[in-house]
Amino acid sequence: MSMRIPFAAAVGLSITAIYFIVALFAPLIAPYGMAEVVGDVWEPSSAAHWLGTDNIGRDLLTRLIYGGRTTIFIATAATVLSFTTGAILGFLAAVLGGWADQLMSRAIDLLMSIPTLIFALVVLSVMPVTVPMLILVMGLLDSTRVYRLARAVAVDINVMDYVEAAKLRGEGRVWIIFREILPNALSPLIAEMGMRFIFMVLFVSTLSFLGLGVQPPAADWGGIVKENKDGIVYGIPAALLPAVAIATLAISVNLVADWVLNRTTSLKGGRG
Amino acid sequence: MGPALKLVVQRVALGLLLLLLVSALIFAGTNMLPGDVAQSILGQSATPEALANLRRDLGLNEPALTRYFNWLAGALQGDLGTALTNGQDIAQAISHRMKNTLFLAFWAAVIAVPLAIFLGLVAVRFRDRWPDKLISAATLASISVPEFLLGYLIMYFIAVKLRWFPSVAMINDSMSLGEKLSAIAMPVMVLTLVVLAHMMRMTRAAILNVMQSPYIETADLKGLNRFQVIFRHAFPNSIAPIVNVVMLNLAYLVVGVVVIEVVFTYPGMGQYLVDHVSKRDVPVVQACGLIFAAVYIGLNMLADIVSILTNPRLRHPK
Repeated sequence: MSMRIPFAAAVGLSITAIYFIVALFAPLIAPYGMAEVVGDVWEPSSAAHWLGTDNIGRDLLTRLIYGGRTTIFIATAATVLSFTTGAILGFLAAVLGGWADQLMSRAIDLLMSIPTLIFALVVLSVMPVTVPMLILVMGLLDSTRVYRLARAVAVDINVMDYVEAAKLRGEGRVWIIFREILPNALSPLIAEMGMRFIFMVLFVSTLSFLGLGVQPPAADWGGIVKENKDGIVYGIPAALLPAVAIATLAISVNLVADWVLNRTTSLKGGRG
Repeated sequence: MGPALKLVVQRVALGLLLLLLVSALIFAGTNMLPGDVAQSILGQSATPEALANLRRDLGLNEPALTRYFNWLAGALQGDLGTALTNGQDIAQAISHRMKNTLFLAFWAAVIAVPLAIFLGLVAVRFRDRWPDKLISAATLASISVPEFLLGYLIMYFIAVKLRWFPSVAMINDSMSLGEKLSAIAMPVMVLTLVVLAHMMRMTRAAILNVMQSPYIETADLKGLNRFQVIFRHAFPNSIAPIVNVVMLNLAYLVVGVVVIEVVFTYPGMGQYLVDHVSKRDVPVVQACGLIFAAVYIGLNMLADIVSILTNPRLRHPK
């Protein structure tokens, strides 16, 4: 099978890469300081401020760049947490089977019967709203979905001959999970990772917009909307800029995830 | 007892059990460390005596299990306690707001459901041609933007630039139905867009699934045109999955409503919940969380019951 990347996936991959690079090197790229007041309130775009200024006169481009850094960092960390927890528990449930599987699966069903946003709001009403807490809450709530996928994939793999062979060789459960199941479950999990990452971006933006996510003066995409939303009724579109950022990132990641998924399904088809 | 009835009874019992466990989970969630309700009401500068008094008044000295059962017993009788921040009766405040929220969600559903099913059918009819691709692209775009931003985009272009509707959705009891509808036009539009995308994709998938059956091929071969095949043969058999899809998306609507109410400052349950989360008013958060979860669980249960009842294999046991 050739490794040529289709056009759509290549576009998605490069835009995603640009976002991550900008997030990583935000302090070097941003024209002004993160919370530096550099002009009047809601100035229109000019040579000095490409996207204009925000509700207290900070450079909007700078806010967007730093905001992307925060949003992408939190979303990435939460996705990693969600995948490690969800995948390990899901594989474990599949390998152990029996009552351990039943217990974990029913507990996950229970967690999933409450809408994620509502549950997050309930927990955040008593917890301090800090970045590590946000990552923890978002990651753990989302790991329920990863658990279901990981368990479903691992149950199929667990009955394969090579896993049977490894068991007969006398390998332990850790070996079975990390050396037999994980490599074979990786492709569907990676495709799902893209979707989960987007969901995390939307989730943290929503929480920040509601005032329960990233706290000012730190910038993040949801927070920028909250800060500038009063301008909307005066026809000032500053609050809409994060929409462009979020939508392009989400669509790019989607294109990449689609490609990974198609690639793996065609792989499966090829091998029968 | 027929197998269908037995399954329905089982499903209802499961739903009730789930609700009980969820209530425990919500209660436990709000009683986790390190938040102390008394401390968060009175602030860091409170004297130890004032803290002790408030803890006693709120019953915080009781064991958690006792407090849980007291709370649950109260909630079952419609007593949701009083809000910490203003001492208002929560049940009273909620009943009024719930009416507003249901009003909003109802009209969003009335518009979104038929539209989604129609567009889903169109997408199947023109599968892989431009109408299908256009609909897919539009849905991909609308699920790539968070609900609140979709709300502001629509507010900016329709309320501010075109001036068709007011940008805040204020409603009160003295307004006529027409005035109310015009006030909620924009939030309804946003909610419709939000659920439309999901509902349409799932409808399309459900019908495509039926379209692969041999009897569809037979209908094709006997010379019916595409629309006849879809409406007369594929659609009736996909009603069950579509009803399921609709229920699941109404459950999704329950969550979407929280954010949209904040965007349009609509006096509903969602705004009430979000307001009191930032004020750390735990009894209100518990009550709202429980109600939202109950509606969500209820709709999911209905979705399952509908698919049990519409399954002909269960209706006519051998």
